[in-house]
Formats: sequence, C-alpha cells, structure tokens
Amino acid sequence: MATLAELQTMATQVRRDILRMVYNVQSGHPGGSLGCADYFTAVFFHFMKHNPAAFDMQARNQDAFFLSNGHISPAYYSVLARSGYFPVPELNTFRKLNSRLQGHPATHEGLPGIRVATGSLGQGLSVAAGMALQKKLDKDPHTIWVLTGDGELQEGQAWEAIMYAAHNKLDNMLVAVDFNKQQIDGSTVDIMGFSELGNKFASFGWEVVQMDGNNMQEILTVVPQAQARLGMGKPVVIIMKTEMGQGVDFMTGTHAWHGKAPNAEQFDNAMAQLPVTELGDY
Amino acid sequence: MIKFEVTAQKDTRSGFGEGLLELGRQNDQVVALCADLTGSLMMDAFKNEFPHRFFQAGIAEANMMGLAAGLATGGKIPFTGTFANFSTGRVYDQIRQSIAYSDKNVKICASHAGLTLGEDGATHQILEDLGLMKMLPGMVVINPCDFNQTKAATIAIAAHHGPVYLRFGRPKWPVFTPADQKFVIGKALMLNEGTDVSIFATGHMVWKAIQAGEALAEKGISAEIVNIHTIKPLDAEAVLNSARKTRCVVTAEEHQMNGGLGDSIAQLLARNLPLPVEMVAVNDSFGESGKPEELLVKYHLDTPDIVAAAERVMARK
Repeated sequence: MATLAELQTMATQVRRDILRMVYNVQSGHPGGSLGCADYFTAVFFHFMKHNPAAFDMQARNQDAFFLSNGHISPAYYSVLARSGYFPVPELNTFRKLNSRLQGHPATHEGLPGIRVATGSLGQGLSVAAGMALQKKLDKDPHTIWVLTGDGELQEGQAWEAIMYAAHNKLDNMLVAVDFNKQQIDGSTVDIMGFSELGNKFASFGWEVVQMDGNNMQEILTVVPQAQARLGMGKPVVIIMKTEMGQGVDFMTGTHAWHGKAPNAEQFDNAMAQLPVTELGDY
Repeated sequence: MIKFEVTAQKDTRSGFGEGLLELGRQNDQVVALCADLTGSLMMDAFKNEFPHRFFQAGIAEANMMGLAAGLATGGKIPFTGTFANFSTGRVYDQIRQSIAYSDKNVKICASHAGLTLGEDGATHQILEDLGLMKMLPGMVVINPCDFNQTKAATIAIAAHHGPVYLRFGRPKWPVFTPADQKFVIGKALMLNEGTDVSIFATGHMVWKAIQAGEALAEKGISAEIVNIHTIKPLDAEAVLNSARKTRCVVTAEEHQMNGGLGDSIAQLLARNLPLPVEMVAVNDSFGESGKPEELLVKYHLDTPDIVAAAERVMARK
C-alpha cells in the first residue's frame, strides 16, 4: 500500500521512464502509455496482490494482470521493473535487439511479469477470461486485472469475450477501458466511436463504474468501489477517462503521439514538464 | 505386401472423443472447450462426466482460443474442439499470438478436416490447415489415420508441453491399427517394407496408400508404406532411410499440395537427398459437395491415383 503522494511521485517517474524509453530508440507508443501511467501505478503499487520478486506464470494465490492493448508497453515495463519483476536498468533495452522488452509484450524471451503476448488487438480479454475460469475452477479467490484500449474494442473478439464473461459470471474480472477516444488514424468519435460505452457493457451484463483515470485521488476512491462489486455474479468494468499524452502538454488533445517518438527538442520540453523524482531515472 | 485386417469402420472423431474421456479420468488438469459443436466433436461423454471442466464457448471461436490460452496460463491443459476450418483459418492470429508465440500448452483438436467432410461443401472442407499450422514455430501437427490411432494420439498429446494441432475427420473409415498402440509424437510408423517406391501418407490417406500398395504388389511393384501421422516434427530419419532404399517417393494427403505433407517431405529431400517426388494431394482447388468417396475420386485422392503416382515416379528414377 502506498500513500497518495508516493503514488503521484511514482506516476511521474513512470512518465519519465516512458519518454526516455521511447526517445532512446525513436520508436514506441508514448501517448497511450502516458495516459495510463496513473492507473498502472495505482494497480501495481497499491491495489494488486502480487509477488513481483518471484514471478509465477500461473499466478497461484495472487492476482494476475493482463494488458490487452500491448502497444502501451513502455508504461507496463516501467511499472513491472519498478515494482520488482526485473531490474530497472533493463528498461534501457526497450525495443533493442536481444532484449526481453519487445516492442509489444511477449513471453517468448521470458520477461517476468508477462503472461501472454499482446499487441494484435482484441485478444487480451479472452485470455484474461480464460484465467478467470481457471481461478474459479481452482477455487483461487484472487482477481484478474485487465487493461484494454477503447479503439481496441472495435475488434469483434473483444465482444465475444465481453459476452462470455457475463454469461459465465466471471465476477473475478476487473477490467479497465482506457477511454481516451483516440486511435492511430484519429478520434474514435470520427472513426468508430463509443458514445455509450458504459451502456454497451451494462447491456451485456457487466457492472459498470466510471472514473477519471488521470486523477490519482479519484482512482484511489473509485477502484475500491469497483473491487467491492466483484464476487457478485457479474464482471466489473471501469470506464476510465484518460487523456492520451497526459503529463506532457503538447502530447494531449491529439492522436498524433499514439505511436511517434519525440525529437530532441520535444523530448527536452516534455521532460521539463515532469519533475525529477527521488526514485531516479533508470 | 502385409495384409492389414480391418477390425471396424469408425470415424476418427470418435477416437478423439474416447481419448478425451479417458484423459479426463487420468488427469484432472485436462479441460475441454467447444464452440457449439459438442456432438459433432464427440465431446458429450467428457462434458457429461466432467461438467465443471467443460466450457461451452458458443459460436465464438476466437474467444475460445483466448480462453484456452488463459486456462493454460493457469496450469490447465485445454483441449479445444471445433471443425478444422474454424480451428485454424478462422482463428489464425489468435493461435499465432495468444497460443503459439506465447508458448501455451493448448491442444487444438480439429474435426471434419478435408474433402471427406462431404456434403457440407467447400466452405467447411478446409484443405489448408496443415500448412497453416505447420508454419507456426513450435506447433506440433498430427493427423492420425484411424479411430485407434486418433484415440492414442489424443491421450499422448496431453503429455507433451506446448501447442499441438490434432486433425481428424468425420467419415467412418477402416480401423486397422491396434487398439493398444502407444503413440509417439514425431515417430513415423513403417507399415510395409518395400524396395521400389516409398509412399508416405497421412490421415485418411494411409488406408488408401495400403490399398495402393496391394494393387502395386499385383503388378509386381514392391511399395514401402510409411504412416506419417506427425507432419511436424517430421520424422526425417524415417523418411530419408526409406528414400535411400527406394530412390523415389510418393506422398499422399487430404490437403492442398501447397503447404502440406508433400511440401515438407520435398523440402527434406531437396536439402538432403534429391530424388523424384510425386504428390497425391488437392491441386490448388477448393472442394465441393458430394459423398466422401466421390470427392476423393474427383479430386484425385483415390487408390488408383496413388498407384499412378507410384508408376510415374518410378519412371523418373
């Protein structure tokens, strides 16, 4: 458990990590990573019951986390490293040859903390539902945490999983949708929007909670409310409003930074907006 | 030519169903998933005996593959069941990313493969599945020849850690392998030793190859017949040893010529022992509705086609 101030500091450090990783290799997805930095931090450093020092693929007697929108791997890698799954300096290998930190998360290189490859979108909810089934079968009361993008929900498989989880009462699943309304080609409102996303989940039989995913105080209030609804016969979804690029002014309000690395000048500008923390850069 | 006794006419999918039930009794980590084809896949017995370990996915195969990956992540040994078409092409990316690349211990069990699905026609008669699956790194690809072998293979793959594609079919087919056989993944089975031509067959075509061997024997041709039940990993030693002896090769499969067993054997020979090869397979065509035997005749997958291929390839020596 961590204090609000500690979590806010960690989220700032995670954002610094994201920018440094993406800038370092001039490749990767900073926008969504920055937008989800607060939620990732809260889940990995406050809510999730896990044992980073001894990664167990099977997550026996602990929670498991799945990132469905695998392209926001910089944020995922940062919280995995800083919570103890692997050494923080390894963040420096992101997207480089022979690294365990692949462009999109993968199990193939044996990076502790990753349970399935993601990146081809729409698959994470299904895999998470499978592990939720396994936990029920083995009478393990722990929670399956999932983060999925909103644009990703354009994939039909996501709705297969959403239908399945409700029908089969997978009330050990806590899913957050990164509702930033942006995707590569533009705004989801223009491309294929979800103005009634919460209602869609509700009509499929899910418990729906709304939250500002860039307000740590609100995250600390709302996530426990979502957790309190677990175990009552329905899977739970948090529709989490975020800003793509949150924390860096020129990266917000646009889809432009979905998958683009900053140049030197932009990097300096961005880093100047994120104060150095006592945690230190990798 | 060894005489093979046909002990029964049974569908290979029923061998899967019996094997799965036996596995369920042996190993409580074995779970099964099906996408609304429980009866067709002969999974009812497992479902009835182990209702808590059976998961009905509905008509949502992509999700079923993901569920299987998740169950495997938690330590279960999931067996998915649907038609071969919906077990492969429909869910290729799910298998590729969530199962194969993620090294999940999922057994993809696929019925109604090939032309012998029959009357349902080309929409369901997948002839590309072996190729799709064998291209995936780490995927084991198995196509047993009869009921007994399918049952033995079903039981054997549970002990192999990693993704497996197990292909079987719908029609009643001669049963000629022993009921008590031990199935060894990747180990080809010598059915009949010969000296003039090697016939490497898989799945339903193994029986056709045996019949072809008998017809060739009547013509004074000594055919070596090998059952390649495992397409990947291919038993290279068995193939090369046979080819060294006979100096010419016929392959037979209920699959497209592109990407199937013939391709695998031709590649092996091209790299190690270049020899003439003839392939009995579907030649870049979709199937159509009809009775299984009618289709095998029309698409040149019948006994006389193997005989003709053997004579052609011997002439090329």
